[in-house]
Amino acid sequence: MGMEIINPGPLTTVQDLGRFGYMNVGIGTSGVMDRQAYKIANELVGNADGEAVLEATLMGPEIEFTSDAVIAVTGADMKPGIDGYSIENYKAVRIVRGQRLKLGLAVSGCRAYIAVRGGIDVEKVMGSRSTNLKCGIGGFEGRNLRIGDLLKIGESTELSNSELEKFNSKNYRGLEWNGNMTVRVIEGPQGDYFTEEGLKNFYSMEYKISPESDRMGIRLSGAKVESYNGTDIVSDGIAFGSVQIPSSGQPIVLMADHQTTGGYAKVATVVSEDLSLLAQARPGDLVHFEKVDIGDIQKKKSFFGRLFKW
Amino acid sequence: MELKIKPVGDEALVAEFGNIIDEKINMRVHEMSEWLDGQHIKGVKELLPTFRSLMIFYSPDEIGYGELKKRLKKFKPDERKENEENKKVLLVPCCYGRDYGPDLSGMAKELSLTEEEIIALHCEKEYKIYMLGFLPGFVYLGGLDKRICIPRLETPRVSIPARSVGIGGDQTGVYPISSPGGWRLIGSTPLEFYDPRRSEPSLCKAGEYIRFVPVNKYEYEVIRKDVIEGTYKMEIVRG
Repeated sequence: MGMEIINPGPLTTVQDLGRFGYMNVGIGTSGVMDRQAYKIANELVGNADGEAVLEATLMGPEIEFTSDAVIAVTGADMKPGIDGYSIENYKAVRIVRGQRLKLGLAVSGCRAYIAVRGGIDVEKVMGSRSTNLKCGIGGFEGRNLRIGDLLKIGESTELSNSELEKFNSKNYRGLEWNGNMTVRVIEGPQGDYFTEEGLKNFYSMEYKISPESDRMGIRLSGAKVESYNGTDIVSDGIAFGSVQIPSSGQPIVLMADHQTTGGYAKVATVVSEDLSLLAQARPGDLVHFEKVDIGDIQKKKSFFGRLFKW
Repeated sequence: MELKIKPVGDEALVAEFGNIIDEKINMRVHEMSEWLDGQHIKGVKELLPTFRSLMIFYSPDEIGYGELKKRLKKFKPDERKENEENKKVLLVPCCYGRDYGPDLSGMAKELSLTEEEIIALHCEKEYKIYMLGFLPGFVYLGGLDKRICIPRLETPRVSIPARSVGIGGDQTGVYPISSPGGWRLIGSTPLEFYDPRRSEPSLCKAGEYIRFVPVNKYEYEVIRKDVIEGTYKMEIVRG
């Protein structure tokens, strides 16, 4: 039961929803960048919530399966194919022992997810299978995948054709990306550090995704988010989606591999549902931030709740 | 000490006791963290105590911001006293300046001090560990001498070498692993503040104290060799 990495692509890691409970010693959550695409990938192959998948960045891996499996590819469109025949994104597909799954360059979006029925079976570290690249723990030897790595697939029951059809009939789809996105944010916790002009810029101007963006943070460039007296604060906690403003005034949205605490003022926090949009942003894409109210956002069920009718 | 509660997106909130580094504020934060831990509120997933605030991660499908805020307002602080008698001070060797601390000479010019004066002021104090965060095993220390406080770099460095000792604003600390960061680098320690292979990955705990001890390049290399071989024994002073 397994798969061999023939070509890993630039950055492919094992991820689940993340490692919780260790922020107080400085070990961050990590986990998938696009939780929506991740959840759908697991759902399509009938995995329990929380199983580990592969996350590929900008260009996908080539993988040889050493046993029969059921897989699904979601997130960015990397034109997946099995032995040269293209397969659909967002559909559960059978793959036979000896066949190769190959993902190419992302033609839209940035990160693709490969779920396998049974999940990627790596040892849990501190309760999670997520790779924490910074700490060098979790996932496959705490690092991104390399040529020749052998991954185990977890135990699972046989999936009947009718069940597979049922999963596929839900017609899950990815988010639409056109290189210009509106991302909702809740102001604070340090919104009052910024001038009226600075806040006006932040909420009305377009910001460009910088090529220096990664799993830790998405760096943006655009109109300066000006502060009254600098943006140094006595360090406090950081969340997935915190928008930090260093003294250059150029926002950084902290993502899945974010540090646990930091010393720059945070003007706002991205709403959880819209983190999936940012996870799929590519260098050069444009972002516009829209201010929303916490009460309005929480009136509805969370996007996971709506997606899976909890 | 007023308690302010603010949203951090739709999955977290922060309970803030102040915006300065202060022993009393920090004690309150840890006290609230312990209290909340004992409340077993459904939907509360993780607690992150920092210098001056407690960050609380929750599941919005189980509890909303308004309801959680209401519950937190019930927190009643207790006046507690710091037990100074069992103070544990860890001695941390540090090689200052040149390649080990590339920002030291520039900092000396900016502050109109000599490099030796900065080193002396940095080594004089016993710093309390207020919290761990930012990186695994990264200690936030209180009590830096005002004369050597200096703003962070305008643009953070993309990569700072592991074990660098730095100053940022009114804080000092050690980068346990290589990371981006904005602090001024004044030295380097041969000790590993974070090692996932150790049974306790983090070298220190919140509540302990640290004092830096200057070492030269030769002493640094000797200690470094012992640390790598696992034979180095950390010097600890009881206060």
